[in-house]
Amino acid sequence: MTLKITRRQFFKLGAAGMATSSMAMMGFAPEPAVASIRHFKLSGAKITRSNCTYCSVGCGVLLYSRGDEAINTIDNIYHVEGDPDHPVSRGSLCPKGSGLLDYVNSDSRLSHPQVREPGTDEWKQISWDEALDRIARHMKDDRDANFVTQNDAGSTVNHWLTTGFLAASASTNETAYLTQKIVRSLGMLVFDNQARV
Amino acid sequence: MTNHWVDIRNADLILAMGGNPAEAHPVGFRWVMEAKEKNDARLVVVDPRFTRTAAVADYFAEIRTGTDIAFLGGLINYLIETDQIHHDYVRAYTDASLIVREEFGFEDGLFTGYDAESNEYATESWNYEYDDEGFARRDDTLQHPRCVFQLMREHYSRYTLEVVSNVCGTPRAKIEHVWAMVGETAASDRTMTILYALGWTQHSIGSQIIRTAAMVQLLLGNMGLRGGGVNALRGHSNIQGLTDLGLLSNLLPGYMRLPKDDEQDYTNYIQERARPPLVPDQVSYWRYYERFHVSLMKAWFGDAATAENDWCFEWLPKLSETLYDVLHTFERMHHGEVNGYFCQGFNPLAAFPHKAKITASLSRLKYLVVIDPLRTETAEFWKNHGEYNDVDPSTIDTEVFRLPTTCFAEENGTIVNSSRWLQWFWAAAPPPGEARPDTAILAGLFLRLQRLYREEGGAFAEPLLNLHWPYRFPEEPSPAELAREYNGWALEDVEDEERRIVVRAGEQLEDFGMLRADGSTACGCWLFAGCWPEEGNLMTRRDNSDPYGTGQTLGWAWAWPANRRILYNRASARPDGTPWATRKAVVWWNGQRWVGNDVPDFPTDSEPAANQRPFIMNQTGSGQFFARDRMVEGPFPEHYEPFETPIANNPLHPDNPLAKHNPGARVFEEDRANFGTFEEFPHAATSYRLTEHFHYWTMHNRLNAITQPEKFVEIGESLASELGIERGDRVRVSSKRGHIDAVAVVTKRIRPLQVAGQTVHQIGIPLHWGFLGETKKSHLTNTLTPSVGDANTQTPEYKSFLVRVDKL
Repeated sequence: MTLKITRRQFFKLGAAGMATSSMAMMGFAPEPAVASIRHFKLSGAKITRSNCTYCSVGCGVLLYSRGDEAINTIDNIYHVEGDPDHPVSRGSLCPKGSGLLDYVNSDSRLSHPQVREPGTDEWKQISWDEALDRIARHMKDDRDANFVTQNDAGSTVNHWLTTGFLAASASTNETAYLTQKIVRSLGMLVFDNQARV
Repeated sequence: MTNHWVDIRNADLILAMGGNPAEAHPVGFRWVMEAKEKNDARLVVVDPRFTRTAAVADYFAEIRTGTDIAFLGGLINYLIETDQIHHDYVRAYTDASLIVREEFGFEDGLFTGYDAESNEYATESWNYEYDDEGFARRDDTLQHPRCVFQLMREHYSRYTLEVVSNVCGTPRAKIEHVWAMVGETAASDRTMTILYALGWTQHSIGSQIIRTAAMVQLLLGNMGLRGGGVNALRGHSNIQGLTDLGLLSNLLPGYMRLPKDDEQDYTNYIQERARPPLVPDQVSYWRYYERFHVSLMKAWFGDAATAENDWCFEWLPKLSETLYDVLHTFERMHHGEVNGYFCQGFNPLAAFPHKAKITASLSRLKYLVVIDPLRTETAEFWKNHGEYNDVDPSTIDTEVFRLPTTCFAEENGTIVNSSRWLQWFWAAAPPPGEARPDTAILAGLFLRLQRLYREEGGAFAEPLLNLHWPYRFPEEPSPAELAREYNGWALEDVEDEERRIVVRAGEQLEDFGMLRADGSTACGCWLFAGCWPEEGNLMTRRDNSDPYGTGQTLGWAWAWPANRRILYNRASARPDGTPWATRKAVVWWNGQRWVGNDVPDFPTDSEPAANQRPFIMNQTGSGQFFARDRMVEGPFPEHYEPFETPIANNPLHPDNPLAKHNPGARVFEEDRANFGTFEEFPHAATSYRLTEHFHYWTMHNRLNAITQPEKFVEIGESLASELGIERGDRVRVSSKRGHIDAVAVVTKRIRPLQVAGQTVHQIGIPLHWGFLGETKKSHLTNTLTPSVGDANTQTPEYKSFLVRVDKL
């Protein structure tokens, strides 16, 4: 979603425009060779509305990125600031929220699926297909071997207790809903998220 | 939160206890400052440490960690005995008048029905007396010796000022001062808001601490009003949403509960949950449970869910334990009973108590799958990081997969903040490298499993082969599709009692009142119904106008349930429908219906004469002082000592060892052997969060690493001088389970307390820093913490444990 210009920004731009044009009228125009003024860092950026995903205040943030989603251009986020329209945060960010840019662009971000084979001391890059095929195989083998249809008392339980799942408190509702739906369809009960701790 | 962030500005008194919002929720805390500046409100902080919240408070009282029930129980006693309660509210809107069975009792720290062998209560006696029609008997004069009010009064009569001061270590004058400030909000035009967070939940008595706070607010008439409420600030950005969607071992979406293994019959399963009113004429909204349940089954299993097969009841996994919580799971993993584990955006090696046990347990897994945008300590639990993670990889046979995902900036969707707002956000950039959204990873795994089961057959494949998968791109269900699904839609035309069509087949539902139990509606989470109706996605709304000046901003995003901003808001009006006070009004009766500055949390046409009570989810329609069920350790909160306590016994029950700690808590034998004693580890420790960091995530951010680069612990001046420790010295903090090394911050902010005739020192330990990222490498704080949880939720007792401090 692209941000409409706010009233405050409109006045700022207007004032800047007026100052430049009156300077020019009074004959202070610089030489043509350097006439191009340095643009604001954020002019031309795409602005996207988002929410901080640290604590649960849900502060509004604006993500500034370059690129127009065209082929051969790379959108990268290069500035993050508070959303002044947000009724709770009103443009503020705390020290955590102010560091969001470093989180998005952290050196610790993972970019490829990896595996650490049993007993070894290193990560090995693998393809998505290999990763998902191998994990699905583990899941099925474990589920088939350990799925419980009935308990000792003869009651139907239809559960799978030998594989567990921790879900993420920073993931979206949509991810969470899909996770819940899949996990229960497999009969899993060993299932929690950060709300447990 | 029962109320919301901006509403804090409407409070007259703010009690921050069990939380430190100035540091953990800094931007939300602005509304506390706004209340102080614009509403002449006062802020009171009760905390083991003089925090940054305390630094701007009007009054601060120190307290020993884990003794909040004593402090609040004493407050209940004080309010009743000094007659500072909201009488009309208590009489009309609470269960104070209901009469409890004669068999119920409490003696020497234990309620009736306790079995010391199993650590469990038989709860039959914890109930009301019923008349022939099944309604609870009552005495509206509140004089009957067994009415809830008199029982509560008697229960807390033991919590005198002397007793409370002796348990909490808080000086008497300070306790009295805080109680007096709170008592003032019994007036019907004044409200107190209570702000709490993990400082209340992370105790072996955590749930009951929070219940005590709710009881205080009911006595004062502060629930449902502007500037009132019991407000869980919550720790993570979407922990509220994941709870609402039921991503906990025993839950389904919308706080519905999975069947236990002795619930084999569908009709009984529903009847047990679809609870009828216990007081005549009450709403008891859970009576519609089956509508929510059947609609969920239609969303999950589509045409396969039919009345004939009890809507696939057999396909739901049944619980053989109350909970398969994380402490339970790691106990099983430790014994080799778990083979596979998924960690989606979760770092259990750092986040769970007793790190040595977590490492040993993960080492017994056959496979571990970590789905995360960042490197985490958990994914590298097998890797030697020197003294900070001293393991031998060659002896660990766990196969570990690490799958890169998108972070918030790279996806569309919603999170639910603690105000219960579902706010939609948009992707700004593609993820790094080959990283994928979680939805694509989960779908990729699921579709592979489906294929394998189709090709090979296998155990009980029907539920997964029949899972409704109506997504345009099956490999990557879109956030919009999933959001529309949890909102729900009609499968057939739905009619009301007068046969008028309320929603047509194929249309999105407008609210949960449209749900039906006959299979004509599908809805993934009844509580979220209304967020994406036919008119479109209301979670994207951006109207921040506040026409009533109340701070409700009903046009901003969408709040569950039904866009209500203040829960129980019917209680903001008198029984006759007029507001208790204009400045606190939320909704009122205008002669024909309920109107106001918020969406009424009440049937809009229920006239006051119908005498329906405001707490519509409860069977009594009332706020509950008496917990007839759902709390394992008793109907009234009672103080019990933390499992690692710095004193010899529970001062309330010094002669009964069964009542020293929470009698309902579950403790595994090996964990009990790992508890320390105060003779060996004399200091009470508590862990907490800093302003500059979020758990272990911000360790990877340069900016945050610069502001707080290295692990430290806080030690009070008097203990430091006793141990010869000066500011900046390196110290070792040890518990029975291990040690951490850190820089000592010697501070005036933690003072020694006089507890049960002895001096208790408290140590403050931030939970941050690990062995990855941009900060200086360090031991994980949870090396120290004990593996025992709250008796109801099994949330670990991170906030009260014992340590020793040595200078290095």
